[in-house]
Amino acid sequence: MARIAVISFPGSNCDRDIITAIRDITGTEPNQFWHKESTMPRQDLVILPGGFSFGDYLRCGAIAARSPIMDEVLEHAWRGGYILGICNGFQILTEADLLPGTLMRNRGLRFVCRDVVLETHNSDNAILTGLNEGQKLRIPVAHNEGNYFADAATLKKIKDKGQIAFTYSGADQDPNYNPNGAIDDIAGIVSENGRVLGLMPHPERKADPIHGGLDGRLLLKSVIEAAS
Amino acid sequence: MTASADLSTEKQAAEMGLSADEFALICQRLGRTPNLTELGIFSAMWSEHCSYKSSRRWLKTLPTTGKQVIHGPGENAGVVDIGDGMAAVFKIESHNHPSFIEPYQGAATGVGGILRDVFTMGARPVALLNALRFGAPDHPLSRHLVGGVVSGIGGYGNCIGIPTVGGETHFDPSYNQNILVNAMAVGLAQADRIFLSAASGPGNPVIYIGAKTGRDGIHGATMASAEFSEEDSSKRPTVQVGDPLAGKLLMEASLELMASDSVVSIQDMGAAGLTSSSVEMSSKGGLGMEINLDKVPTREKGMIPYEIMLSESQERMLVVLKPDAMDRAKAIFDKWDLDFAVIGKVTDSGHLVLKTGDQVVADLPIAPLVEDAPEYDRDYKDTPTAKPIPNQDLITEMPLGEALIKMMGSHFLASRRWIYEQYDRHVMADTIIESGGDAAMIRVHNTQRGMSMTTDCTQRYVLADPFMGAMQAVAEAYRNITATGATPLATTNNLNFGNPEKPAIMGQIVGAIKGMGAACSALNTPIVSGNVSLYNETDGKAISPAPVIGMIGVIDDIAHAIKIAINAPDETVYIIGQAQDTNDGWLSNSVYAHVIADQTMASAPPPVDLTAEAKHGDMIRQLNTKGLITAAHDIGDGGALTALAEMVLAGSYGVELIGSDHQRSHGWAFGEDQGRYLIVTHDPDAVEVAAQAEHIPLQKIATTISAKELKLGNDDIISVTDLRSIHEGWLPNVMSQKKGA
Repeated sequence: MARIAVISFPGSNCDRDIITAIRDITGTEPNQFWHKESTMPRQDLVILPGGFSFGDYLRCGAIAARSPIMDEVLEHAWRGGYILGICNGFQILTEADLLPGTLMRNRGLRFVCRDVVLETHNSDNAILTGLNEGQKLRIPVAHNEGNYFADAATLKKIKDKGQIAFTYSGADQDPNYNPNGAIDDIAGIVSENGRVLGLMPHPERKADPIHGGLDGRLLLKSVIEAAS
Repeated sequence: MTASADLSTEKQAAEMGLSADEFALICQRLGRTPNLTELGIFSAMWSEHCSYKSSRRWLKTLPTTGKQVIHGPGENAGVVDIGDGMAAVFKIESHNHPSFIEPYQGAATGVGGILRDVFTMGARPVALLNALRFGAPDHPLSRHLVGGVVSGIGGYGNCIGIPTVGGETHFDPSYNQNILVNAMAVGLAQADRIFLSAASGPGNPVIYIGAKTGRDGIHGATMASAEFSEEDSSKRPTVQVGDPLAGKLLMEASLELMASDSVVSIQDMGAAGLTSSSVEMSSKGGLGMEINLDKVPTREKGMIPYEIMLSESQERMLVVLKPDAMDRAKAIFDKWDLDFAVIGKVTDSGHLVLKTGDQVVADLPIAPLVEDAPEYDRDYKDTPTAKPIPNQDLITEMPLGEALIKMMGSHFLASRRWIYEQYDRHVMADTIIESGGDAAMIRVHNTQRGMSMTTDCTQRYVLADPFMGAMQAVAEAYRNITATGATPLATTNNLNFGNPEKPAIMGQIVGAIKGMGAACSALNTPIVSGNVSLYNETDGKAISPAPVIGMIGVIDDIAHAIKIAINAPDETVYIIGQAQDTNDGWLSNSVYAHVIADQTMASAPPPVDLTAEAKHGDMIRQLNTKGLITAAHDIGDGGALTALAEMVLAGSYGVELIGSDHQRSHGWAFGEDQGRYLIVTHDPDAVEVAAQAEHIPLQKIATTISAKELKLGNDDIISVTDLRSIHEGWLPNVMSQKKGA
């Protein structure tokens, strides 16, 4: 049974949702940690949930990345532990230098909340082994700063190392398939060792039959299985 | 004991919105002239916003009771029983004036304020809705106001993590200089764990939690009680500034505190801030309160008592704690890094006593502040009866499809996607039906139960006939809830009107309250909370009256939730509530009249038959329980054909009108007759048997088809793609125009 931790920061607001989804998938309660805690027992998977940690003040995720608990999260990463950062969690991972690049303001300068189609890449990444290369997933986004950007050198590096995990797909159906202007349609990336995943869409919002789809559950299941 | 400092004058009273008579009454009740701080407190408590002095007499006539009602009007929000020991806590409130002056902050703090009203009662907010009115789409201010208000609503709701699941937006030139921003919040609580505001236990500590007090929003309640003029942009400093992170922390800390058996009573500091919260808590408990203003956390130095008492800084709460709870409370606030201060105590004096140091700066008996607030029986003049415009004066030769497309792309009916995509509709992961359908529906967390909710008002009907228009708003809300499969339960209202001192406006208010009351009685949806926003006038010109209805309903099993999208081909579409041989409808004051016939006169709106509304609603629920409905939609603005088009747009199938060769009349297609629904079924025989048994009229109108088109006739076929691009393109096109263009 995987030991799963969910970290809450002041302003996290998807912590309950991801906890519910994990409970549904695994049948057990994940461990919860508050940002002020400075010790965390060993975990198999650490999840940084979505929300507006510290109100998005300064820069999204910047203050959370310097919370006491983050020393433990970094240590977990250096040990080769699995980490999933969703939306604000992704922003925190880039601010903590656990993932390359940054999330800028959406191209349309507006918050955007709607379903997007994701294409799965390089699913031999350790954390996504349960998904197939090219697998399409319909999952919603909800963010103001999801416009992924990396400079040319970084972008080349993450491409070469197969670190692009998800791209926005469906250009043939919808001219606005990329909701935020992310460079090369990048929706999610993994760390070099393939164990730290950050993505803008919210898998926990397509994890229950009432959500009108279960693609998010599929994604979460594969992450949990990889970490187990 | 007398209060110190300089005595106030009639002139100062007038500046605070009190009449000479009211000032004289205050002096008489006190037996002395109040000082400036005391006058400020009186003026806030006696403002229209806090005292309802023009509307109270009529509000008392509204139905507010029922077996589902746990707490009706008078608390921070209404509370109704939704079964299984759970209660829904909900209310709607306006933030019209601030949102016109500063759209982002005005709208954001409107959302923050209504959320506090809900969580103050021990309920966790689970959904937000809104009702917005803007001026003409091409008015130079409209884009700025739409953009600012929408991002303000999203800015607060998205950050605090409550989904914005529904609402309505209308455009009308009468709102050019006076927009309406009404926000509704719905929360869930254990029915036996509701917190009220009445103070008790003299000697109990009074604590202040949340953000520091600044100079923002001073006398906001008074601003909300006066007409607007061109100079009012100078009132910008009285608009409060929202901090959704602080709101989130305050919400979590308050809910944790209320769960910890520490709280005697609790009240948010909304309109008139510390003044109304301390006075209301004391008044409801029949007690007094002593507050040391030196202990109030302030953001700025040198704030005088007047400013501290009248500030409307956001994200603040006043709590009477149990005497032994201080340590527990402190631990919770430390966890959430919130300001926390003991600022006074409950007393049995019946007075509100304010001190700085040892000096008494105000000493007011509570009773006159609340009970003696003036109640006016304003003169009113009934709105003259609007005549219907006969259909033959409205109907054009335009082909049905062309008229449909024109209407679906008009500001009345065009998609609001541009707006609602800026709202997080999915956070909390319990959203079942979101914006774009009839009512929204959310799951009661960890249960199979669902709660439907909607806001509605068709102001052009109300302008023409306040009584019938307000009745229609209730009927429309009832149908929206019903069309999701839920049973309507209770109502909250937001009465947006002009200056009640004008008899014609007062006549609108009286007519609307009567119509609303009759409808809520007949449909068993008592009004449990609400808000009144008067003086919505600019330079003497009043808005179109908008008595907005917020309604909630319950469905026992969310597996039976109905959506508007057509799900399959070869199903049959019926109009429930329309006889088989009817080939005409009510076009007077319809969207068709305005868009196709260019008729802008305030002509008679469609009449409402409350008995039929209830019967047809019950029919929908009965058919749904039998599993006979695969999709349903209320027929409202725009009539049956636009409702059918919306059902097609929401799904992946088309429709073909039955008897395509027969030319359907425009009255049939676009009439706005009330009490009707579109339903889709896979078992038409069973539907007809059930309807006949209850003597419910129904008309078979269409078959669903795989082709993505609307076949209106042999030569009148509309592609869904074309329809969608017109329907969804309108608002983005308006918003992308250059400012001032």
